[in-house]
Amino acid sequence: MFSLESITDSIQKWLYSTFNPTMVLIIEGAIVMLLAIGLFAALGLTLVLMERKVAARMQIRLGPNRVGPKGMFQTAADTLKLIMKEGLTPDGADKFLFNLAPFVVMIVAMLILAPIGFAKGFQIWDINIGVLYVSAVSSVSVIGILMAGWASNNKYSLLGAMRSGAQIVSYELSAGLSIISIVVLSGSLQISEIIASQQTGWWLFRGHIPAVIAFVIFIIAVTAETNRAPFDLAEAESELTAGFHTEYSGMKFALFFLAEYINIFIVCAIGATLFLGGWMPLHIGNWQGFNHIMDYIPSSVWFFGKTFFLIFLIMWFRWTFPRLRVDQLLNLEWKYLLPISMVNLLVITLIAIMGWHF
Amino acid sequence: MYRETHIIKDGAPAQLIDGDLSEATADGGELVINVGPQHPATHGVLHLVITLQGETIKKVEPHLGYIHRSIEKMCESLSYRQFIYVTSRMDYLSAHINNHACSMCVEKGLQIEVPERAKVIRVIMDELTRIASHELWWGAMAMDLGAFTPFFYAFREREVINDIMEETCGARLTMNYMVPGGVMADLHPNFQKRVKDFIQLFKNKIDEYDDLVTGNIIFQNRTKGIGILSKEDAISYGCTGAVARGSGVQSDIRKLYPYEVYDKVAFDEILETGCDSFARYLVRIKEMRESVKIVEQLIDNIPEGDFQAKTKAVLKLPKGEFYSRVETARGELGVYIVSEGGTTPYRIKFRSPGFSNLSALDHMCRGSKIGDLMATMGTLDLVIPDIDR
Repeated sequence: MFSLESITDSIQKWLYSTFNPTMVLIIEGAIVMLLAIGLFAALGLTLVLMERKVAARMQIRLGPNRVGPKGMFQTAADTLKLIMKEGLTPDGADKFLFNLAPFVVMIVAMLILAPIGFAKGFQIWDINIGVLYVSAVSSVSVIGILMAGWASNNKYSLLGAMRSGAQIVSYELSAGLSIISIVVLSGSLQISEIIASQQTGWWLFRGHIPAVIAFVIFIIAVTAETNRAPFDLAEAESELTAGFHTEYSGMKFALFFLAEYINIFIVCAIGATLFLGGWMPLHIGNWQGFNHIMDYIPSSVWFFGKTFFLIFLIMWFRWTFPRLRVDQLLNLEWKYLLPISMVNLLVITLIAIMGWHF
Repeated sequence: MYRETHIIKDGAPAQLIDGDLSEATADGGELVINVGPQHPATHGVLHLVITLQGETIKKVEPHLGYIHRSIEKMCESLSYRQFIYVTSRMDYLSAHINNHACSMCVEKGLQIEVPERAKVIRVIMDELTRIASHELWWGAMAMDLGAFTPFFYAFREREVINDIMEETCGARLTMNYMVPGGVMADLHPNFQKRVKDFIQLFKNKIDEYDDLVTGNIIFQNRTKGIGILSKEDAISYGCTGAVARGSGVQSDIRKLYPYEVYDKVAFDEILETGCDSFARYLVRIKEMRESVKIVEQLIDNIPEGDFQAKTKAVLKLPKGEFYSRVETARGELGVYIVSEGGTTPYRIKFRSPGFSNLSALDHMCRGSKIGDLMATMGTLDLVIPDIDR
């Protein structure tokens, strides 16, 4: 199977033969950092363009089509505009927190990127508690949002931030329980091992109906966690103008905007990793020929294909559903999703213990 | 009525900034928020001062005056032919129907007999306008609730109506097609065919609307039991149109005081007894179907003849008071003209549907959440220039 491992290995060998180990660590850190930032920029630009194109197609429009071929450079032009704009800080704002908040949100998004396996042998940090790390770090982003809402000294922002706080804290529970159900099935918290455990088939198919339920709950919960419609109460354009980032402008706004899309990418990547086998190709039982052909598709294509499919799903939600009200949102979580996912987790545990899964 | 913050002190207006949190803790943790005059949900320059306790609304206070053009006063210096055109700028989404009301009032004063053909054309135009207006409302309503896509779907069909209007009237929004004595010009030769095509198209599309929004569980949860306006309250607030009919009040002027050919066509007055936002929503959706019915009945039966009665070049209403009313897309529009016998009205007064409907907003929203305010305001179908003339 085609793999990036050979490339990374040869780079590492060459580095070790040329420099001393400390230097190697520093250089590798720098390379990874550059790659991560590059990936961030690329993802941000692609996802924003994708969102606009998807929205346009659903709304019988064409979407951006002027800047570059088929409007490809539209987001680049937008970013350039945002960089050149003045980043205003309101008079009454808590200046330190106000300016810190976008970076907190952004840094959190960057940190979660670490344990994600992009392709076979292509992972920044294969930590042994990968899944736990992801769910732990992702809950920090709510601090950034609360910080932004409070420091703006704007009532809309404050309401948006409070909503966001209630929402993210609630939905983390069912997202966490869905993640745990896969951990139970695969028996590991390490991302690479979770992927490896799906060698013979994705957990979505192997875990019977409970895995499908966990997947659906996971998608709903992460849509809420990333503040996307129909759960975009933190922004709620028609209610709170722009919610917690009402007062932000220029690049500081762009960071929030970028972080939103990076977060979508990350949660979809986690979803693809846990339920759809990460970079594992689609294998069906004993169909040797079919499986062999599937192996020829590079693992990174599998990973990004699955992730972008889930991203499309979340975008599809956004342009189809109306927004929930804040109490309905919390009812949905505490009265329906949480009990269901708890029972579901028990069923999955039973399946795992009895070895009933495929 | 106005809050103290609005009173001009020492020549400079006291500031009312959204970000001013000092107001927030004034009395028992209540938060005062200004929604509008520039806000995505108010669809215009409506300014609502909302008192909140957490997310719960304690009070809604609409402030007007941001788009006041004193149309009533302007009309006093315009002749009876001219003032009709100004009224297109009141409720610009049902401009035809506004013009219709004014023309009818002048005709009443001069006792002009409008030819049958003109009557039928007027009714068809009114109903097309109503469909167009309701479609825009439908899109905007969904957008208020956070669904953006319906807005574009609504505009797709509305565009067809606008094209039909453009062909016959020469304009797309402020048509100025109704004149005292009939309509300004005869129908375009394509008119009948294009209207029939539209009806055919629209019948399918309206089912699509139902699939996309009406049946959506989130939408129903957001609108059912929200913005309750009981039948008694609807009457006492003077609500008309779909707002009153959603509360079970018979208020369709087309049925109660038929004008033109409305007594000759078969259509139902839609009454819902839900009294909530969803009931008002259903009334408008069903009204679109009724309008289609009316247009269908009339489009093949446009009588031959004049499209305009012979009138004098200069119209002079006899001394007296004249009143006419029509059912616009938003409710009852009354036109009251006081004439001193001259070429211009002595005094003119419009009874606009939006104003009374807006006045019920506070009553409907107290105790509900901010999100419900948008769900309620959306079903009131407010057009601000109509409220604030």
